Amino acid sequence: MTATLEPTSVAPGGPDRQDGKPAVAARLRSALRVLISPKYGPVLITLALFVLLFIVGGVRYTNFFSAQVLLNLFVDNAYLIVLAVGMTFVILTGGIDLSVGAVVALSGMIAASLLQAGWGPEVVIPLILVLTSVLGLLVGLMIHVFDVQPFIATLAAMFLARGLCYVISQSSISITDPTFVQLAVTRIPLGGGASITPSVIIAVVVVAIAVWVLHRTRFGRTVYALGGSEQSGMLMGLPVARTKVLVYVVSGFCSGLAGVLFTFYTLSGYPLTAIGTELDAIAAVVIGGTLLTGGYGFVLGSVLGVLVLGLIQTIISFEGTLSSWWTKIFIGALLLVFIILQRVLTTRRR
Amino acid sequence: MSALLARIVGSRLFWPIVMLFVLFVVNLIAFPGFFSITIKDGHLFGSLIDILRNGAPTLIIAVGMTLVIATRGIDLSVGAVAAISGAVACAIILGSPNPGSPATVAVAVLVAIGISLVLGVWNGFLVAVLGIQPIIATLILMTAGRGVAMLITEGQILTVNSPPFKMLGSGFWLGLPVAVIIAAVLFAAAALLTRRTALGMLIESVGINPEASRQAGVRARGLLFGVYTFCAFCAAIAGVILTANTAAADANNTGLFIELDAILAVVIGGTSLAGGRYSLAGTLVGALVIQTLVTTVYTVGIPPIATMVFKAAVVTIVCILQSPRTNQALGSFRRSLAVRAGKGAAAS
Repeated sequence: MTATLEPTSVAPGGPDRQDGKPAVAARLRSALRVLISPKYGPVLITLALFVLLFIVGGVRYTNFFSAQVLLNLFVDNAYLIVLAVGMTFVILTGGIDLSVGAVVALSGMIAASLLQAGWGPEVVIPLILVLTSVLGLLVGLMIHVFDVQPFIATLAAMFLARGLCYVISQSSISITDPTFVQLAVTRIPLGGGASITPSVIIAVVVVAIAVWVLHRTRFGRTVYALGGSEQSGMLMGLPVARTKVLVYVVSGFCSGLAGVLFTFYTLSGYPLTAIGTELDAIAAVVIGGTLLTGGYGFVLGSVLGVLVLGLIQTIISFEGTLSSWWTKIFIGALLLVFIILQRVLTTRRR
Repeated sequence: MSALLARIVGSRLFWPIVMLFVLFVVNLIAFPGFFSITIKDGHLFGSLIDILRNGAPTLIIAVGMTLVIATRGIDLSVGAVAAISGAVACAIILGSPNPGSPATVAVAVLVAIGISLVLGVWNGFLVAVLGIQPIIATLILMTAGRGVAMLITEGQILTVNSPPFKMLGSGFWLGLPVAVIIAAVLFAAAALLTRRTALGMLIESVGINPEASRQAGVRARGLLFGVYTFCAFCAAIAGVILTANTAAADANNTGLFIELDAILAVVIGGTSLAGGRYSLAGTLVGALVIQTLVTTVYTVGIPPIATMVFKAAVVTIVCILQSPRTNQALGSFRRSLAVRAGKGAAAS
């Protein structure tokens, strides 16, 4: 009893400060540990970057600090958010999907040509989602059964999808279907003059489902486990084969959905559209803090990555004098910084 | 006899050559004059010469890519490097007072190559010093490189009117296209340098195990720098040829997808993407297969833009043929045949 009371009785003011100091330091140290951990570090840095960019934009340009500028990031990049979600699944397992841009173009072409032929959107959209999922399934099987590198298998899928676009049509097909047009022009007011499109709602729902799947289901756990170590996953009796194939199905489905959202945005199908979109999606995922070797990362991080890319584009268009090719250079530079960051964070851990 | 046959069939070059042969036969059926080579105005003309000439840039890049892939790496940035080098060369020729003089062209090409060497060293730095995965390291330059090329051309398509420069792309020398001569010299140099010295073996050892080869005294880091720089050098030359061929630098489209064609040529040629062994002869055959495929699509009368579907089919078939599981299945099939034959012999 006396022993426990002794410290407080000796110096009433002192212990508080003595206890407080280590507590603050420990908290600081644990905060620092979170910041340099490969799991949370990159995401937090991306978040800080996003806020910083937004503040810089707001200080430099008038009319930048508005809800609509922020919401337009979602409106303009809804399809990229959906793509990045699919890509996150693939990269979490340590794979990569180069076919997503071509699949976006392909689903746009299928939509435009079938709608032109008089099919209804209630048939066309499910059909596209099924077809792109099947393409993802084939890619997954090629990777798993024949042990082909993801890079090469998805490259083949990219050639196939892009080639099929040209087979369907070599020129742009415009979409006049009333449902599609309606979905393209509909604005959902959020109050204060700000509004979003139905595509944004779809994208947000996809993100929510993806977060739930990755963190609350066995499939999600297995995806993370595969990225950590496929060998250990196999030894633990996890369904490695099924999961490895399924992530490419998820990516195929997301690419198809992104293609549909992209047609809501452009109201046409064009075989040369979305060239290089796979790089944007990969860049968004990497900037969003997902480790390219797999195992670490969050879907919400990827969304943040897409928003940072969108913000860079917005700032460049607000700047006016900067030409559009600066976007590519900035994205490349950002990619470099984040990849080096990942490298530093993972080596320190080992 | 059967041992010889087995050796031929087992050779890495067997399937690519069969594929090339099939393509030739298809061409011959569709277009009987396919193999004829005539001499017009002192130049050789014919479908085969066209295949060689149009395939030259892909082959040049594929040679560099082969060495990179042998170290278990990959270089995605070659298309962007080709665009940068073409843009630099055109910008210099446009900016000079007399664009037609060979000296101007020489300076332009040398500067373009010099800049590309710097880009190659950059890729090498990311891979060898920072230890970033090659796909990702070169992805950075692939994304940013086209932006840099557009910065050089200021978003325009630079058209140059310079006969010596155009010569590099579409000219003839000693009856052969200049582009083919450049490709042949580069190929021969790479083959001699890596196969007549220990260099090729050292590159392969880095591909098998960089750490082990470093401990065995191989300068893994220097070799990695070397192969990425050489690959960028190849890309620069291909970029100059591509740009000279059209006499215009288009930052967006020069060398678009050429990295994929080059990787495809290497893979068709039997070089494993897992590194550790490579075949330059295979790459040559692979590049020819791709270009012949493109030509075949033209001669047979399929819309040329559908070529990509055929490329997809070729990649898929080649990958499945090369996959360990297929080899295993084929092996057990052969063994079961041998066992059956053995039983038959015993019964009689």
